[in-house]
Amino acid sequence: MLLEMEHVTKRFGELVANRDVSLSVRAGEVHALLGENGAGKTTLMNILSGMYAADEGVIRLNGEKIVINNARDAIAKGIGMVHQHFMLVPALTVIENVVLGLKENKHFLDLRGAAARLNELGDKFGLAVDPWAKVADLSIGQQQRVEILKALYRDAQLLILDEPTAVLTPQEVESLFAMIRTLTQEGLTIIFISHKLMEILGICDRCTVLRRGEVVQTIDVADITDKQHLANMMVGRQVDLHVQKPRVTPGDEVLKLDDICYTDKDGARRVKNVSFAIRRGEILGICGIDGSGQSQLVECITGLAHATQGSVTLNGKPSNQMPTREILRHGVSHIPEDRHRMAMVGQLSINENLLLMTSARKDFLCHGLYRWKAISTYNQKLCEDYQIKAQGVSEPMTNLSGGNQQKVIVAREMDRHPNLLIAMHPNRGLDIGSTKYIQGKIVEARNNGAAVLLVSGDLEEIMDLSDRIAVMYNGRIMAVMPQQSATIDKLGLLMAGVMPEGMNEHIATNGAS
Amino acid sequence: MTRGAIYPAIAVIAALAVCAVILLVMGLDPVLAYQKLFQGAFGSKNAISETLTHAIPLLLCALSFAVGVQGGLINLGATGQLYIGALAGGAVGIYLHLPPILHIPLILVVGFIAGGAYGLLIAFLKNRFGVSELISTIMMNYVAIYLLNYLVTGPMKDTSSANNLPQSALIATTAKLSIILPGTRLHAGLYLAIAALLFYYLFFYKTPLGYQIRVGGLNPDAAHYAGFSIEKNNYVTMFLAGGFAGLAGCVQIMSVQSRLIHAFAKELGFSGVAVALLGNNTPLGIAISSILFAGLDGGAAKMQTLAKVPNAVVYMLQGIILMFVVGQEMFNLFHRRQRRAGIKKEAAT
Repeated sequence: MLLEMEHVTKRFGELVANRDVSLSVRAGEVHALLGENGAGKTTLMNILSGMYAADEGVIRLNGEKIVINNARDAIAKGIGMVHQHFMLVPALTVIENVVLGLKENKHFLDLRGAAARLNELGDKFGLAVDPWAKVADLSIGQQQRVEILKALYRDAQLLILDEPTAVLTPQEVESLFAMIRTLTQEGLTIIFISHKLMEILGICDRCTVLRRGEVVQTIDVADITDKQHLANMMVGRQVDLHVQKPRVTPGDEVLKLDDICYTDKDGARRVKNVSFAIRRGEILGICGIDGSGQSQLVECITGLAHATQGSVTLNGKPSNQMPTREILRHGVSHIPEDRHRMAMVGQLSINENLLLMTSARKDFLCHGLYRWKAISTYNQKLCEDYQIKAQGVSEPMTNLSGGNQQKVIVAREMDRHPNLLIAMHPNRGLDIGSTKYIQGKIVEARNNGAAVLLVSGDLEEIMDLSDRIAVMYNGRIMAVMPQQSATIDKLGLLMAGVMPEGMNEHIATNGAS
Repeated sequence: MTRGAIYPAIAVIAALAVCAVILLVMGLDPVLAYQKLFQGAFGSKNAISETLTHAIPLLLCALSFAVGVQGGLINLGATGQLYIGALAGGAVGIYLHLPPILHIPLILVVGFIAGGAYGLLIAFLKNRFGVSELISTIMMNYVAIYLLNYLVTGPMKDTSSANNLPQSALIATTAKLSIILPGTRLHAGLYLAIAALLFYYLFFYKTPLGYQIRVGGLNPDAAHYAGFSIEKNNYVTMFLAGGFAGLAGCVQIMSVQSRLIHAFAKELGFSGVAVALLGNNTPLGIAISSILFAGLDGGAAKMQTLAKVPNAVVYMLQGIILMFVVGQEMFNLFHRRQRRAGIKKEAAT
């Protein structure tokens, strides 16, 4: 055994993040740590990498008991962690980032020597990155390589990857997996944190499932025959992985975009000649790498920004220049991409957050003053309907878990019975239970006759929910196709800006409506 | 709400303790000092009425700051808005002669609108040019201070008496607020302060517009997303903030001052900031802390004469209270962050 963590317990106040967790990792294996959000995966790894100290328990490395007090100790012991959110300085070059914090050059930085060593490492592990490139200019996949190289440069023997695929395109995931295989061949050991079942089956040797801070089981991946079984183990109950989607015949056109362009304040063309339409009872899924113009496209529809060219038609009326307030009045519901920044006010109660879109509702007012009792009663019912777990409607929003916060937002937006529902990354950061619930609600809105625009980077989600799929790349719609004719591979290529063979843009765009 | 009330109370007690230590080091008797301080503030009918009289403008200035905070604006311009309100209201009080039943409300309305208009200017600068209200409010304070200076030494200067003081003529007797506790200076402005407090509560916690302003103050992106206009919010917020400060100015002119005097409001505007901070911008908190601060000011003289403790100790006390209150904000932040980190770790759903 390379690493053994025995009976590790970590408490935060009254909360037990890890309870009596034991984990053993063999040298040279890829060991998965599987669990929902809040299961304690990251806490456990933060203990290992020296960010937190365990309250109880022993850590052994190569059979020897070790004490890790801080990140420096962990690095000295050959433990490297690649965090989900990269710890890189965008304005610096790759090599500057790599040597950041190292003390080998006391007075003068020997960047040239360091770069040579980095290149050597890159060649050895098949991870070549230009040491002199600025981190800000690198793609997300390349930045991840830099993070891995940073750990290797520090002679890491045990590499912890915290949800490494969350930010990657399918093709980048493939090359990450190839990288991981090379690393293990070279004798490194990997701990792979994830809540995606397919990845675990694809790359890992053994898998430890955590639930509510405790180990459920450690199993050989080769013994897993059924993904459903793994999901149940992780959640602790039966989960339905399939989204039920009855056939619905699309109705009237709700939203029509005609040749939309958007140029932002800095003069960058974010959206380029986008046209599509969505009808009642239809889900149009837009997939693409983050930053391909999806956010700006949605802003042009919701009135948060105005298209610089082209026309937007909502319920048959031109809505280009309408302010947000009026667009919302046309029955548009919007689940924004960044829940904390836009969709909620953390300091306010659930009650007040549910009021956000209906703050002037007549039956909530009496002589111009809010009837808080009536509002609370109404919202309590809403919370029950949407299975929101909270102490009561007066609980501040920040106290809720991410899944419950998102349910509050979904409840608020669905309760308005939208004509058009815009959902951006509705399941980002949520666990399987909440994800499936919210996906079900989105399909329900479509069944009830809403037109749905779903923007997501998660291809599985796009494939599961959409009736038609559009792929966005660099501000452009690469193709629109019916869900039946899409495959993950095809979408992945299009997301990277590559037109798959045998597919013509013209046909692809017009062949599906 | 209870938690929100406990911290300021702890801040006050801790500040008293720290000050006591300092007094001991200075070789003074803290028990005697505090005793006299309390007596001077609340020890007699006269002391209480003086404290309340002083608390009235303090409360209105605190509301001015608190309104800004609700809308996400830091209004440090209560001083300027107060002077402009007092100038406009004072002019009506000095040069017009009407029956009291018309005269008093007219002054108050004019003072509110004038102070509010001065506040609107700040909102305009912010909306149109992105000028930080932190800077513009402080700058506009000087404009108002010097405008008053000019007027009471020039066009509005009192020429009836032989003295050469920088002050205007007295306001008409019909414009004076009546005394509500005979034999003291406590005047009907108290009712106005209570009404203002009630309005503040109802507006922000019971009306859609107040709700929309609060949302914008806490999270402008969410307000934008919900289709609220931040620009409109800024205008309404600054009008109300300026209006409350303007009222404070009028009330002083109509009661204890009776005329416009050079720099009559002294530190009122900034004391209001302190009161609002200590009261955590809640209606009840502001009521209590304005009385506390007024009491400290009022008791200082008695403490100085009877306990031989310099009245500057009171300012030190107020300063330490504020430091603890601001420190508590940091403590809250820390606490909240820890809590959030904890909750993230809790199994979702």
